[in-house]
Amino acid sequence: MSASPDLYNSSPSASSGLVLDKDGMVALVEVLAGRGFTVVGPTVRDGAIVLAELKSADELPYGWGVELEAGRYRLRERADGAAFANAAGPQSWKQFLHPAKVRQWRADRVGEETVFIAEETSTPRYAFLGVRPCDARAIAIQDRVLTGGPHLDPEYRGRRAGALLIAVECTEPGGTCFCVSMGTGPTAPPGCDLVITEVVDDDGHRFWIRGGSQEGDEILAELPVRPADPATCAAARAGVAAAEDRMGRTMPEGDLRELMAGTLDAPRWDDVAGRCLTCGNCTMVCPTCFCTTTEDVTDLTGDHAERWRLWDSCFDLDFSQLHGGPVRTSPRSRYRQWMTHKLGTWYDQFGSSGCVGCGRCIVWCPVGIDITEEAAALHDWTRSEASGEAP
Amino acid sequence: MSTVTPPLPYRVAETRTETADTRSLELVPAGRELPPFAPGQYAMIYAFGVGEVPISVSALHGPYGGLVHTVRAVGAVSTALHDLRPGDTVGLRGPFGTGWDLDAAVGQDVLVIAGGIGLAPLRPVVHAVLDRPDAYGRLGILVGTRTPGDLIYQEDVERWRGRAEVGVTVDRPGPGWQGPVGVVTTLLDAFALRSDRTHALVCGPEVMMRHTARALMGRGLAAQRVQVSLERNMRCATGHCGHCQLGPLLVCRDGPVVGYDRVERLLAVREL
Repeated sequence: MSASPDLYNSSPSASSGLVLDKDGMVALVEVLAGRGFTVVGPTVRDGAIVLAELKSADELPYGWGVELEAGRYRLRERADGAAFANAAGPQSWKQFLHPAKVRQWRADRVGEETVFIAEETSTPRYAFLGVRPCDARAIAIQDRVLTGGPHLDPEYRGRRAGALLIAVECTEPGGTCFCVSMGTGPTAPPGCDLVITEVVDDDGHRFWIRGGSQEGDEILAELPVRPADPATCAAARAGVAAAEDRMGRTMPEGDLRELMAGTLDAPRWDDVAGRCLTCGNCTMVCPTCFCTTTEDVTDLTGDHAERWRLWDSCFDLDFSQLHGGPVRTSPRSRYRQWMTHKLGTWYDQFGSSGCVGCGRCIVWCPVGIDITEEAAALHDWTRSEASGEAP
Repeated sequence: MSTVTPPLPYRVAETRTETADTRSLELVPAGRELPPFAPGQYAMIYAFGVGEVPISVSALHGPYGGLVHTVRAVGAVSTALHDLRPGDTVGLRGPFGTGWDLDAAVGQDVLVIAGGIGLAPLRPVVHAVLDRPDAYGRLGILVGTRTPGDLIYQEDVERWRGRAEVGVTVDRPGPGWQGPVGVVTTLLDAFALRSDRTHALVCGPEVMMRHTARALMGRGLAAQRVQVSLERNMRCATGHCGHCQLGPLLVCRDGPVVGYDRVERLLAVREL
């Protein structure tokens, strides 16, 4: 298996691309900052690889890997010093594009009049350095959810329109990764401004880099690069191809959308409900979960009100509240809502799956519920039902 | 720079007490006006500092030319709206969602079936049909409420009696009640349903809509000839907050009015 050649050939740069060394990475961050970008990328903080504003490429997690399992995340030192040989951390880019808390507007009562005041915020221009292929697909999914319908989310659109995406292809998938099952990795999708593949071998530590947009090419032109040698390209491609064969998890074969639609009454939902704490961690770490609620507040005079929008979770009991009570009271129904939406009804609503196989929901579930395991159990149940056996 | 469009200020021109806990508010623009609403569509109405709720329009043109919304005081926001007085201001966004498909019913009988405050989103349908009597066949209006005192638009209903086939039933009769007692589907026996040329528009509690649709289908009406107006929690009304999901549907965007053929299977799943 090899990385899809289409992606590279679609790049306006030569198909062989360019090579950047570690100093070149320092220059990349400087060039981005010089162009007015707020550079955000992975860095080690509080025992995890988080996404934060980078002042220098030296803050990248050189020499750090991660050990991922259901309900478990550990940093591990790497002897090879690689910066990007680590899978998804607890955060995703949605915290910058679709922030957890946004003031949307204000309202003032002045005498008999009520005046609504639109919120005017200036959005920083972000350069996202180190966007995983799964996460790049997650951004494309949120694009469709928040700007693809008849109504646009202006907050998201503003942040997204200014954002520069620098993807890093995956060469070191985690134990909870399953992007291959979802068709979302480990190669970078089209639409990224720059694509990087990290190579560390006897010939040194370097980054194979290709432009994917005019702006990406302009940035490349300012960097200390050299033409890519065949050995670097081959090593990069081999690293990504090997990653494809090293996924820690897989989804069951078959159409997941159909599987979800056909198993709404499966006893497995009771089983998972017995383990699920309905804490909503999976929705917070998921790079595509987009749900929000609103909060209306006033000051002490009662004449100045604000409308805030906050991340919300379908695991919250209030989420489906109607005047007669919540629609989804049982944990069973709330886990089912999350999973059937993610893998099934998302297609009906937004034209694709809502899952990119990043594995975050597995890692950050406090009781280690594994969406691939749940899907497999539903798959097995369907088959046993079809063959007339007791599940 | 990007901004979220805030609501437009609308002034309460008139309030009308419908039942012990339900009032109609006629709202006129305090400045700029929203685009026109269609019967079945809803607005997000903001009570200052308290919050916002989706309410279907219950008349397109009130006595003051404004939009009428009928509000039952059941939560913090709806209670705040219910308690507003003429001259007070609300915030309004809309129109949102799908309306009743009246085009499909042109030349055919229209059967309106309401449970309780479910009559509110259907009143503009009655107005539209009565405004163009030649465009439609017979008009049936069947309403079920818990008690006689829970019937909204009592004067309207009396006026409609001369021009439509009107039936009102209650679950619990009170002193002086001379009409039928029982669930709304019992009124179907008195309406000579022509299943090949009738469109039924149904709004009420979900359980009432399920039973009504089933009764209609039992009388030969195809599911796609039954329209229902769904209710779900809504925060944004623009398809972005995720609260109003019913399986594949975003009710704020794909509803609230949907053909029963699209939701029959979904409504049969508990806690979907």
